[in-house]
Amino acid sequence: MDNIAGQKSSLVWAVNLSLVALVLLWLFPTAGLLVSSFRTSDQIATSGWWKSLVASEQNLTLRTAPSADQVELDGKFVIEGNLFEGKKASDISVWGISSKAIADFKPGETAQLKKGGQVTVLVNGDYKLEHTEALTGKRGSRIFVTATRAPEFTIRNYQNVLFDENNREGMSKAFFNTLTVTIPATIIPIMLAAFAAYALAWMDFPGRALLIAFVVALLVVPLQLALIPLLKFHNQIGIGKGYIGVWLAHTGFGLPLAIYLLRNYMVGLPRDIIENARVDGATEFQIFTKIILPLSFPALASFAIFQFLWTWNDLLVSLVFLIDSTGETTVMTKQIVELLGTRGGNWEILATSAFVSIAVPLMVFFAMQKYLVRGLLAGSVK
Amino acid sequence: MHPALQGLLTIIIGVGGCVGYFYCSNLFLDKVLFPASGPKAGRNINRANLLRPWLFLLPALAALGLYLAYPVFETMRLSLTERLPGNQSQFVGLANYEQMMADPKFWEALKNNMMWLLVVPALSTVFGLLAAQLSDRVRWGNIAKSIIFMPMAISFVGAAVIWKLVYDTRPIEQEQIGVLNALYLYFGGTEPNTWLTIPFWNSFFLMAVLVWIQTGFAMVILSAALRGIPEETIEAAIVDGANPLQIFFKIKVPQIMGTIVVVWTTITIVVLKVFDIVYAMTNGQWETQVLANYMYDKMFRANDWGVGSASAMIIMLLVMPILVWNVYNARKEMR
Repeated sequence: MDNIAGQKSSLVWAVNLSLVALVLLWLFPTAGLLVSSFRTSDQIATSGWWKSLVASEQNLTLRTAPSADQVELDGKFVIEGNLFEGKKASDISVWGISSKAIADFKPGETAQLKKGGQVTVLVNGDYKLEHTEALTGKRGSRIFVTATRAPEFTIRNYQNVLFDENNREGMSKAFFNTLTVTIPATIIPIMLAAFAAYALAWMDFPGRALLIAFVVALLVVPLQLALIPLLKFHNQIGIGKGYIGVWLAHTGFGLPLAIYLLRNYMVGLPRDIIENARVDGATEFQIFTKIILPLSFPALASFAIFQFLWTWNDLLVSLVFLIDSTGETTVMTKQIVELLGTRGGNWEILATSAFVSIAVPLMVFFAMQKYLVRGLLAGSVK
Repeated sequence: MHPALQGLLTIIIGVGGCVGYFYCSNLFLDKVLFPASGPKAGRNINRANLLRPWLFLLPALAALGLYLAYPVFETMRLSLTERLPGNQSQFVGLANYEQMMADPKFWEALKNNMMWLLVVPALSTVFGLLAAQLSDRVRWGNIAKSIIFMPMAISFVGAAVIWKLVYDTRPIEQEQIGVLNALYLYFGGTEPNTWLTIPFWNSFFLMAVLVWIQTGFAMVILSAALRGIPEETIEAAIVDGANPLQIFFKIKVPQIMGTIVVVWTTITIVVLKVFDIVYAMTNGQWETQVLANYMYDKMFRANDWGVGSASAMIIMLLVMPILVWNVYNARKEMR
């Protein structure tokens, strides 16, 4: 479509620019969370995350060493050291000795102190304070500097959230719980659906059209309706709240889409192959396992990704069917909601926890985007 | 037992059970019940083939029936009854619905849901169409699509955290760390707003999250539809001197109208069920309640199954037209 006649170069520019704007708008919120998860709580609280990407200029009030550190040299009392001692080093652009004139001197220049004596500050924060008399006072002189600080990031948040055993708000347990919910809940519906989809696609029997309509109808039934009846049912048969319940629930809720997707795909498989196999005396079971299942791999992969994303990201089903009052089986989404309540202002914890939970689906998404797109195209009811 | 082990065992039992069931039941049908040999071989094969589809369908149908179809009727029954102490229940007619109708929170939720229904599918479709159209015309279109599609993989809860950071508010004397407030002050705003507590408008800030997620979906489907438009129609329009806007609105959009409707209805369903975003960001405070969260409140916080089920039935009622439409279309397509 690039070379269609009638395309003006100004239009090409407009297209590119508006798409850039759209992409940035879509990327910006997620980028904010990602960047914030690598900053300390102080940094997050004092400046917007977008400022952390470029070197920032800060006004700092620093002190020279206390008078106890002075040494006598050639009849002068001298204190030498670095202003950033114990702090993150930065480059000084200007400095001053009074809060009213914080930008009077450049690095390397020498300032006369009011109480006599002089001080020299270098660009890296090294200073030399000289005085003719012995200095007194517990605290050193104040030096006001304007420093540019390079972007600075830390992985300590992730260490805290993931690997700190004593952190009861950590995500490691919830991470494994989520994984435990997700994997069986992804695999089991595929099995059930594949057989049913084959029957609906390639077997002739009375009532087939009605059953397909039934599946299409169930596609949109809100799962909200299923919560109480199923919880009651689970309590009656004695599973109560727990993994088995949540696996069953996810299986049930995922089946309509699975059957629908797989049937649509299987119907499109070439009729010849199946009929040849039938003529050659293969049983239906053999046809299914040896021919249909391998050929349907793309559709199986599509659904597996859907179901994985959906179960991994789910909150409601886990809230209702899994998480009991002990909280031992909490999943990541629930943990994050709790953190939103208790740690609403601690963005370093929130951002990191959220990103831990987002990271896995994002990896799956980028690795298998092709199948996801294919599934979407096949799965939206036409 | 450790849950991970239990999970592994479940996979083995589940998958093994499925395969075992299908294999053994087929074997039973072919070898024991209706063997394809002996004097009645022909009749037996026919009978086996009559029965076999149901063998394949049975587990899935049982699960569908139990986990989706039965609850619809059970919820309907529950919405007409009241729970009494000791696992008893009593038929109360429409009392639950009356009680719900008298609750201003319900009307607030319904009103908000209607606003969501108007805004989210419309904006998602428009943005999706825009993104699809633009990204098909530039060389880096696939990268752009990936990025706009990406929020689809992010959970509603994750998205809620992401957007809460965007909407974050600090006192005026501190530096703003939320983008929205920073921009607002930069462009001349006098005081930072707590966006999520401004009644009426806060719902729109929640909707933005869902639009952000669903645009990718709309874009993917619409982009495929746009590519499916026959080139000749566009070329003919260019020859006739149509400008790009005319081509888009008069040639392309009418041809993909069917797909636009599909996208619209699919997002509508998502909107009707929206729960996590509201639950995580405001929990229905400051007049942001929606039906699904109202239902959760009634069922699991107030423990009022009657009103909870009644509000679930309202969601079902709202979904119903789309359900009928989908079934109608699916049946039409199969003929």
